[in-house]
Amino acid sequence: MNEIVGFSFILLGLAFDFFGCLGLVRFPDVYNRLHSSIKCVTLGTTSILLGLFFCKGFTPAGVKAILCILFLLLTAPVSAHVLARSAHKSGVKLWEKSVCDKYAEDGN
Amino acid sequence: MSPVRNYYSDGSKKSVSNGMRCLRWFLGLAGILAALAAIIFLPLPSLLEWQSLFLKRAFFILMLCAFFVLWRLFLGPTAADRAAALDILGILILGFCAILGIPTGRDWYIDIGIAWALQSFISILALGKYMEGRRFDE
Repeated sequence: MNEIVGFSFILLGLAFDFFGCLGLVRFPDVYNRLHSSIKCVTLGTTSILLGLFFCKGFTPAGVKAILCILFLLLTAPVSAHVLARSAHKSGVKLWEKSVCDKYAEDGN
Repeated sequence: MSPVRNYYSDGSKKSVSNGMRCLRWFLGLAGILAALAAIIFLPLPSLLEWQSLFLKRAFFILMLCAFFVLWRLFLGPTAADRAAALDILGILILGFCAILGIPTGRDWYIDIGIAWALQSFISILALGKYMEGRRFDE
Protein backbone atom coordinates (compact mmCIF):
# COMPACT_ATOMS: atom_id res chain seq x y z
CA MET A 1 0.00 0.00 0.00
CA ASN A 2 2.81 2.38 0.90
CA GLU A 3 4.54 1.59 -2.33
CA ILE A 4 1.45 2.16 -4.46
CA VAL A 5 0.98 5.62 -2.95
CA GLY A 6 4.69 6.35 -3.37
CA PHE A 7 4.67 5.28 -7.00
CA SER A 8 1.62 7.38 -7.77
CA PHE A 9 3.41 10.43 -6.34
CA ILE A 10 6.45 9.59 -8.45
CA LEU A 11 4.24 9.33 -11.54
CA LEU A 12 2.72 12.75 -10.83
CA GLY A 13 6.16 14.21 -10.32
CA LEU A 14 7.39 12.76 -13.60
CA ALA A 15 4.44 14.31 -15.45
CA PHE A 16 5.26 17.74 -14.01
CA ASP A 17 8.95 17.28 -14.83
CA PHE A 18 8.15 16.33 -18.40
CA PHE A 19 5.91 19.31 -19.06
CA GLY A 20 8.35 21.67 -17.41
CA CYS A 21 11.19 20.50 -19.63
CA LEU A 22 8.87 20.64 -22.64
CA GLY A 23 8.37 24.31 -21.84
CA LEU A 24 12.13 24.71 -21.69
CA VAL A 25 12.33 23.54 -25.30
CA ARG A 26 9.32 25.34 -26.74
CA PHE A 27 9.09 28.81 -25.22
CA PRO A 28 10.54 31.72 -27.23
CA ASP A 29 12.35 33.69 -24.52
CA VAL A 30 14.76 33.19 -21.56
CA TYR A 31 12.25 34.56 -19.09
CA ASN A 32 9.41 32.32 -20.32
CA ARG A 33 11.72 29.31 -20.23
CA LEU A 34 12.76 30.08 -16.67
CA HIS A 35 9.11 30.38 -15.60
CA SER A 36 8.05 27.04 -16.96
CA SER A 37 11.12 24.99 -16.28
CA ILE A 38 11.99 26.02 -12.75
CA LYS A 39 8.43 26.01 -11.41
CA CYS A 40 7.34 22.72 -12.92
CA VAL A 41 10.62 20.91 -12.29
CA THR A 42 10.73 22.05 -8.66
CA LEU A 43 7.22 20.77 -8.08
CA GLY A 44 7.92 17.55 -9.96
CA THR A 45 11.07 16.77 -8.01
CA THR A 46 9.25 17.63 -4.78
CA SER A 47 6.60 15.11 -5.70
CA ILE A 48 9.22 12.46 -6.59
CA LEU A 49 10.93 12.97 -3.24
CA LEU A 50 7.57 12.74 -1.47
CA GLY A 51 7.02 9.46 -3.26
CA LEU A 52 10.40 8.27 -2.03
CA PHE A 53 9.37 9.21 1.50
CA PHE A 54 6.18 7.18 1.21
CA CYS A 55 8.12 4.21 -0.16
CA LYS A 56 10.77 4.21 2.53
CA GLY A 57 8.76 5.28 5.56
CA PHE A 58 10.36 6.95 8.58
CA THR A 59 13.84 5.58 7.87
CA PRO A 60 16.86 7.93 7.54
CA ALA A 61 16.48 7.92 3.75
CA GLY A 62 12.85 9.00 3.93
CA VAL A 63 13.47 11.86 6.36
CA LYS A 64 16.42 13.01 4.23
CA ALA A 65 13.97 13.17 1.33
CA ILE A 66 11.78 15.58 3.35
CA LEU A 67 14.89 17.65 4.03
CA CYS A 68 15.64 17.71 0.31
CA ILE A 69 12.11 18.94 -0.36
CA LEU A 70 12.56 21.82 2.07
CA PHE A 71 15.93 22.74 0.61
CA LEU A 72 14.64 22.60 -2.96
CA LEU A 73 11.58 24.72 -2.22
CA LEU A 74 13.77 27.34 -0.58
CA THR A 75 16.62 27.53 -3.07
CA ALA A 76 15.31 26.80 -6.55
CA PRO A 77 13.17 29.96 -6.85
CA VAL A 78 16.11 32.00 -5.58
CA SER A 79 18.27 30.55 -8.37
CA ALA A 80 15.63 31.43 -10.94
CA HIS A 81 15.38 34.98 -9.60
CA VAL A 82 19.17 35.41 -9.74
CA LEU A 83 19.28 34.12 -13.32
CA ALA A 84 16.41 36.31 -14.52
CA ARG A 85 17.81 39.42 -12.83
CA SER A 86 21.30 38.90 -14.19
CA ALA A 87 19.92 38.15 -17.67
CA HIS A 88 17.97 41.42 -17.60
CA LYS A 89 20.97 43.36 -16.33
CA SER A 90 23.24 41.91 -19.00
CA GLY A 91 20.81 43.05 -21.64
CA VAL A 92 18.83 40.02 -22.81
CA LYS A 93 15.79 41.40 -24.62
CA LEU A 94 12.23 40.24 -23.98
CA TRP A 95 10.30 38.35 -26.66
CA GLU A 96 9.01 40.85 -29.23
CA LYS A 97 5.36 39.96 -28.58
CA SER A 98 5.73 40.64 -24.83
CA VAL A 99 3.26 43.13 -23.44
CA CYS A 100 5.27 45.11 -20.87
CA ASP A 101 8.59 45.12 -19.02
CA LYS A 102 7.90 46.17 -15.44
CA TYR A 103 11.48 45.71 -14.29
CA ALA A 104 12.77 48.15 -16.91
CA GLU A 105 9.96 50.60 -16.14
CA ASP A 106 11.06 50.67 -12.50
CA GLY A 107 14.33 52.17 -13.68
CA ASN A 108 16.68 49.14 -13.89
CA MET B 1 -22.70 33.45 -37.00
CA SER B 2 -19.76 34.88 -35.09
CA PRO B 3 -17.16 36.58 -37.33
CA VAL B 4 -14.15 34.50 -38.40
CA ARG B 5 -10.94 36.13 -37.20
CA ASN B 6 -8.20 35.73 -39.77
CA TYR B 7 -5.79 38.09 -38.03
CA TYR B 8 -3.95 38.35 -34.70
CA SER B 9 -4.75 41.05 -32.18
CA ASP B 10 -1.95 43.31 -33.40
CA GLY B 11 -3.24 43.25 -36.97
CA SER B 12 -0.86 40.78 -38.61
CA LYS B 13 -2.52 38.12 -40.73
CA LYS B 14 -2.61 34.48 -39.65
CA SER B 15 -0.71 32.34 -42.08
CA VAL B 16 -2.62 29.11 -41.20
CA SER B 17 -6.39 28.94 -40.88
CA ASN B 18 -8.09 28.69 -37.50
CA GLY B 19 -9.39 25.17 -38.00
CA MET B 20 -5.97 23.91 -39.02
CA ARG B 21 -4.41 25.46 -35.95
CA CYS B 22 -7.00 23.84 -33.68
CA LEU B 23 -6.35 20.50 -35.37
CA ARG B 24 -2.60 20.80 -34.92
CA TRP B 25 -3.02 21.69 -31.27
CA PHE B 26 -5.25 18.70 -30.59
CA LEU B 27 -3.03 16.34 -32.57
CA GLY B 28 -0.01 17.50 -30.64
CA LEU B 29 -1.76 17.03 -27.31
CA ALA B 30 -3.06 13.61 -28.35
CA GLY B 31 0.42 12.65 -29.49
CA ILE B 32 1.99 13.63 -26.19
CA LEU B 33 -0.67 11.82 -24.17
CA ALA B 34 -0.41 8.73 -26.36
CA ALA B 35 3.37 8.67 -26.00
CA LEU B 36 3.11 8.98 -22.24
CA ALA B 37 0.47 6.27 -22.01
CA ALA B 38 2.53 3.98 -24.23
CA ILE B 39 5.61 4.60 -22.16
CA ILE B 40 3.87 3.93 -18.89
CA PHE B 41 1.41 1.16 -19.67
CA LEU B 42 2.81 -0.98 -22.47
CA PRO B 43 3.07 -3.96 -22.03
CA LEU B 44 0.87 -4.81 -19.08
CA PRO B 45 3.07 -6.83 -16.72
CA SER B 46 2.17 -9.10 -13.87
CA LEU B 47 2.09 -7.58 -10.40
CA LEU B 48 5.44 -9.12 -9.44
CA GLU B 49 7.49 -7.32 -12.07
CA TRP B 50 5.31 -4.22 -12.03
CA GLN B 51 7.53 -2.30 -9.65
CA SER B 52 10.80 -2.66 -11.49
CA LEU B 53 9.10 -2.02 -14.83
CA PHE B 54 7.50 1.16 -13.51
CA LEU B 55 10.86 2.41 -12.29
CA LYS B 56 12.45 1.63 -15.65
CA ARG B 57 9.74 3.67 -17.36
CA ALA B 58 10.34 6.45 -14.81
CA PHE B 59 14.02 6.47 -15.75
CA PHE B 60 13.07 6.65 -19.40
CA ILE B 61 10.90 9.73 -18.84
CA LEU B 62 13.60 11.44 -16.78
CA MET B 63 16.14 10.68 -19.52
CA LEU B 64 13.76 12.29 -22.02
CA CYS B 65 13.57 15.40 -19.82
CA ALA B 66 17.36 15.46 -19.62
CA PHE B 67 17.54 15.32 -23.43
CA PHE B 68 15.22 18.31 -23.62
CA VAL B 69 17.58 20.15 -21.28
CA LEU B 70 20.58 19.16 -23.40
CA TRP B 71 18.74 20.41 -26.46
CA ARG B 72 18.30 23.80 -24.85
CA LEU B 73 21.93 23.72 -23.68
CA PHE B 74 23.05 23.15 -27.25
CA LEU B 75 20.68 25.57 -28.94
CA GLY B 76 20.09 28.40 -26.47
CA PRO B 77 21.09 31.57 -28.26
CA THR B 78 22.07 33.46 -25.10
CA ALA B 79 24.24 32.48 -22.14
CA ALA B 80 21.29 32.90 -19.79
CA ASP B 81 19.46 30.11 -21.65
CA ARG B 82 22.35 27.76 -21.01
CA ALA B 83 22.62 28.79 -17.35
CA ALA B 84 18.93 28.05 -16.84
CA ALA B 85 19.37 24.65 -18.52
CA LEU B 86 22.25 23.82 -16.17
CA ASP B 87 20.16 24.72 -13.15
CA ILE B 88 17.34 22.47 -14.32
CA LEU B 89 19.78 19.65 -14.99
CA GLY B 90 20.93 19.84 -11.36
CA ILE B 91 17.39 19.49 -10.08
CA LEU B 92 16.71 16.59 -12.48
CA ILE B 93 19.78 14.83 -11.09
CA LEU B 94 18.15 15.09 -7.67
CA GLY B 95 15.12 13.32 -9.10
CA PHE B 96 17.38 10.61 -10.56
CA CYS B 97 19.07 10.03 -7.20
CA ALA B 98 15.72 9.77 -5.49
CA ILE B 99 14.39 7.15 -7.90
CA LEU B 100 17.67 5.18 -7.85
CA GLY B 101 17.34 4.59 -4.14
CA ILE B 102 14.16 2.55 -4.39
CA PRO B 103 14.99 -0.59 -6.43
CA THR B 104 18.61 -0.87 -5.34
CA GLY B 105 17.72 -0.49 -1.67
CA ARG B 106 20.78 1.65 -1.00
CA ASP B 107 19.93 4.49 1.32
CA TRP B 108 22.89 6.76 0.55
CA TYR B 109 21.84 7.80 -2.94
CA ILE B 110 19.79 10.63 -1.46
CA ASP B 111 22.92 11.93 0.31
CA ILE B 112 24.55 12.32 -3.10
CA GLY B 113 21.44 14.17 -4.20
CA ILE B 114 21.59 16.60 -1.25
CA ALA B 115 25.26 17.36 -1.90
CA TRP B 116 24.62 17.89 -5.61
CA ALA B 117 21.67 20.23 -4.97
CA LEU B 118 23.79 22.31 -2.58
CA GLN B 119 26.68 22.74 -5.00
CA SER B 120 24.31 23.37 -7.92
CA PHE B 121 22.59 26.19 -6.02
CA ILE B 122 25.86 27.88 -5.09
CA SER B 123 27.27 27.51 -8.59
CA ILE B 124 24.16 29.06 -10.13
CA LEU B 125 24.54 32.02 -7.77
CA ALA B 126 28.16 32.38 -8.90
CA LEU B 127 27.11 32.12 -12.57
CA GLY B 128 24.50 34.81 -12.02
CA LYS B 129 27.07 37.13 -10.48
CA TYR B 130 29.39 36.52 -13.42
CA MET B 131 26.70 37.21 -16.03
CA GLU B 132 25.72 40.42 -14.32
CA GLY B 133 29.28 41.66 -14.46
CA ARG B 134 30.13 41.80 -10.78
CA ARG B 135 33.13 40.45 -8.89
CA PHE B 136 32.81 37.82 -6.18
CA ASP B 137 33.64 40.07 -3.25
CA GLU B 138 30.92 42.63 -3.93
